[in-house]
Amino acid sequence: MKTVLKTFLLIATFTLGNLSLFAQAGHDHADHTGHSHAEETHTDTASVDDTHAEVTPADEKFDAVAVIMHHISDAHDFHILDYTDDHGIEHPVSIPLPVILFTDGDLDVFMSSEFNHGHDTVKVGNHAYFLDHGHIAEVSGSNLHPIDFSITKNVFSMLLSVFLLVFIFATVGRSYRNGVLAPKGLASFIEPLVLFVRDDIAVPNIGEKKANKFLPYLLTVFFFILMNNLLGLIPFFPGSANLTGNISFTITLSFITFLITNLNGNKDYWKHIFATPGVPLWLAPIMIPVELMGIFAKPIALLIRLFANITAGHIIILSLISLIFIFKTIMIAPVSVGFVLFMDVLELLVAALQAYIFTLLSALFIGMAVAEHEHN
Amino acid sequence: MELVTPQIGLIFWTSLSFLILMFLLKKFAWAPILGAVKNREASIREALESAENARAEMANLHADNERILKEARAERDAMLKDARDIKASIVSSAKNIAKEEAAKMIVSAKAVIENEKVAAISELKSSVGSLSVDIAEKILKAELKDPEKQNAYITEMLKDVKLN
Repeated sequence: MKTVLKTFLLIATFTLGNLSLFAQAGHDHADHTGHSHAEETHTDTASVDDTHAEVTPADEKFDAVAVIMHHISDAHDFHILDYTDDHGIEHPVSIPLPVILFTDGDLDVFMSSEFNHGHDTVKVGNHAYFLDHGHIAEVSGSNLHPIDFSITKNVFSMLLSVFLLVFIFATVGRSYRNGVLAPKGLASFIEPLVLFVRDDIAVPNIGEKKANKFLPYLLTVFFFILMNNLLGLIPFFPGSANLTGNISFTITLSFITFLITNLNGNKDYWKHIFATPGVPLWLAPIMIPVELMGIFAKPIALLIRLFANITAGHIIILSLISLIFIFKTIMIAPVSVGFVLFMDVLELLVAALQAYIFTLLSALFIGMAVAEHEHN
Repeated sequence: MELVTPQIGLIFWTSLSFLILMFLLKKFAWAPILGAVKNREASIREALESAENARAEMANLHADNERILKEARAERDAMLKDARDIKASIVSSAKNIAKEEAAKMIVSAKAVIENEKVAAISELKSSVGSLSVDIAEKILKAELKDPEKQNAYITEMLKDVKLN
């Protein structure tokens, strides 16, 4: 019960106070378990081999793939830094996040700090959990992965973006309440973007009449992706999550586009799929599967494009940074930093571009589904 | 492989966040922003239209003025012509009337003069008559003072009066 209370308190605040609390916990752990853990690997990267436990960090071979994969994957905490104490024991420092698990109908909630960076097993209620390469697994027998509804790094980043978006746009929206003729301040920055989505994305693809119906979705998806792309470019807390480069996220958004497209598809849309005009009947056995595939190919292309673009950007930047550690020399740093700077600027463009493309293609698919054909 | 494995937790949170976000933004951002923009566009369109109308009206007004001016000028010319005609006719008729009047006056004057002349003549005649009677009376009175002369005159008179 105490744990649950603490969890909710922490969900509510998410202050840096958590950091000190967690560091404290880590320290306690080192005191209690002491030597036994010194033999284990204490890095928190996912794929460090246990057989390397005895090597000192200085000799340790830098595994760029592991580091990069760790950074572009989701996590249960915000990793800040690692430091090695006098005994050669590595201490990771990170901001913990709440873990919410459904196991056999039980709801288990605790802070990810209780895993102590994967060193400890957490017993909550009837279940015991441990971190299996960044994923939470249940200890009991089957080693099943419980249903994980945790507020992970990605979820936290997303909630932050929701908060920011609501704050920004509610502020802008309020500034219009007293019927100003020309936008001022923040509104003068936001309004052209809103009008861009309306006039250059929604209206040309869906048509003046029907665009208004889908505008709230298109605007929301545009700014949601844009905001999360930008947050993902911030290399430290509260950014650094690779949310828009996460397949679950892109699947969800493109599934919503898929639903909107097909639920609003008119007679012409379905006719084009099941009885394409101008195509002889004997081709139907080929055409119908192809068209049906098209229905699913469109959102799949949408989700892969966003996922791949953003993930690739993160991988490139992390690779460039990793060069410094691979070559083990500071001399390479100016080159890396130069390239990273260039990539960061490019990623800013990509962040806007991918938000635009996702919205544009969503509008295009919706437009195709609701278009009034004039040929009949 | 892990990269492309969807996680149910993130899908759940994404769906929930997105739907809530869409609801909130629709209510607090898209509706007011798009509404305001639409209103502004409408007011700009109205302003442009009214400006266009005003310009057309101005052009109309200008044409009207021009027309009215032309009409006024024509009217003035017509009035002047009328006035000139009227003047001429008045003058000529006045002349005629005056002529007639003069003629009439002359005629009546002539009649009056004639009457006066006749009256004067008759008066002269009567006064000459009475005068001559008086003179004759006086002469007779003086001549016939003695009865002999009276008889002689009567006899002479009677001689002149022949019973024819």
